[in-house]
Amino acid sequence: MIRLTDLHKTYPARRGSPEHVALRGIDLDIAAGEIVGVIGRSGAGKSTLIRCINLLEMPTSGRVIVDGTDVTTLAKRDLPLFRRQLGMVFQHFNLLSSRTVYDNIALPLELAGASKAEIAAAIDPLLPLVGLEDKRDRYPAELSGGQKQRVGIARALSSNPKVVLCDEVTSALDPETTRQILALLRDINKRLGLTMVVITHEMAVVKQLCDRVAVMDGGVIVEQGAVDGIFANPQHPTTQSLLADEFLDFKPGVPSRAASPASTSIGQEG
Amino acid sequence: MWSTLLPILGQATLETLYMVFASLAIGALVGLPLGVLLATSGRGELFEAPVFQKTIGPIVNATRSVPFIILAVAIIPFTRFVVGTSIGTSAAIVPLTVAAIPFIARIIEGAVREVDGGLIEAAHAMGARPMQVVTKVLLPEALPAIIHGLTLTAVTLVGYSAMVGAVGAGGLGDLGIRYGYQRFRPDVMAAVVVTLIVVVQAVQMLGDHLARKADKRNI
Ligand SMILES: Nc1ncnc2c1ncn2[C@@H]1O[C@H](COP(=O)(O)OP(=O)(O)O)[C@@H](O)[C@H]1O
Ligand SMILES: [Mg+2]
Repeated sequence: MIRLTDLHKTYPARRGSPEHVALRGIDLDIAAGEIVGVIGRSGAGKSTLIRCINLLEMPTSGRVIVDGTDVTTLAKRDLPLFRRQLGMVFQHFNLLSSRTVYDNIALPLELAGASKAEIAAAIDPLLPLVGLEDKRDRYPAELSGGQKQRVGIARALSSNPKVVLCDEVTSALDPETTRQILALLRDINKRLGLTMVVITHEMAVVKQLCDRVAVMDGGVIVEQGAVDGIFANPQHPTTQSLLADEFLDFKPGVPSRAASPASTSIGQEG
Repeated sequence: MWSTLLPILGQATLETLYMVFASLAIGALVGLPLGVLLATSGRGELFEAPVFQKTIGPIVNATRSVPFIILAVAIIPFTRFVVGTSIGTSAAIVPLTVAAIPFIARIIEGAVREVDGGLIEAAHAMGARPMQVVTKVLLPEALPAIIHGLTLTAVTLVGYSAMVGAVGAGGLGDLGIRYGYQRFRPDVMAAVVVTLIVVVQAVQMLGDHLARKADKRNI
């Protein structure tokens, strides 16, 4: 579904700040229908990577192939059409304060020129899916963080995309709400067969949500594989230290309780 | 005495409102797109146009730094060219509008810049075209601030319109000068001052009300 090959991104120098190399040769394959996590510490280049997928950031070199097309070759005026095939969910929700829940979710469809009837047909089933039937005509200021993120998710789904990009979508939420939102994303992935790319700095998010994970450090992927394998047998020191931060009983080389298949809940660690 | 003063006062108030709202409307028509462009033409922004920003920015500032009464006199030839005369209520709308445009442009620019960059990013991610970012995101989200700014402009224009009254434009300023000052009628002067206060209060209250209605951030 998505293939990144030898992706490089250098932010040019600006007044006061020197040029910065954020990605140095990323290779990543994401199959249709799978949930791939990208984890790393702050500044590792995770957001740059995900923003290169929908070309919010233009890579300096390398290829971004989405559904068979190298999208880096698209003309600028074709980018909006391409981006409508991808949904994106944000850490700080980025909802319009001037629009109700319904109208926020309708925005991608409005931008694509959908009629009122088409918009209603798309949104009516989405509201129960994300559990917001009774908030339809509320404004974002009247919602909790978890409810706002449900709106963000519904908005990402409304134009019926094949891929949803999630950048730290639970980082502004408390542990209980985080669990609910991750369960919702998992449920949506199963029901709609969507491909998801999930950026996070928390191993607990990877554990609850993802099928595969790529670990980033300094603009490169240092380790990637199936989530179970990475948790059971992390190879790279960055992976080991990310695990050690969150799972207190984790020791490199020793299979931990958190990593064992018998482990049931990540609730206590959250 | 009040029976003769009231119609004159009413007429002058209408003239003032006409001058203020006509120049506010034309000023907004030009100032709004100008302000949006000033806010979005910087490097890496929506309508990147560094030359525009480097030329129009200083012109807007220059116009704003000329005291209004000087501006009104300085552009008399232009006023005469546009309206055919430089005297009267309609002629006064020209300098008022010329003063309103940069005022409004800077206010719109500020209001648009206040919009959270995350929303612009989200709009791009949703596939918004540049004009759609303006009409669907920037202007609706900036609307409360824009209404506050236009209210401030209207109040300022009430003051300016009283100044052009001094050069024969009609309205409350003209009434105050001719009757209140030149014919020494303190009662007329007092009535003019009270009416100006009432007009400004009413404009301010209307603007605050509309801005509150448009603002969905604190419900
Ligand atoms: N627009 C930008 N201009 C310059 N540098 C940037 C920009 N965006 C990100 N960076 C830099 O690139 C590096 C990676 O950033 P980012 O991809 O946001 O990391 P992460 O999401 O993993 O925290 C950071 O050092 C950051 O300062
Ligand atoms: Mg980030």
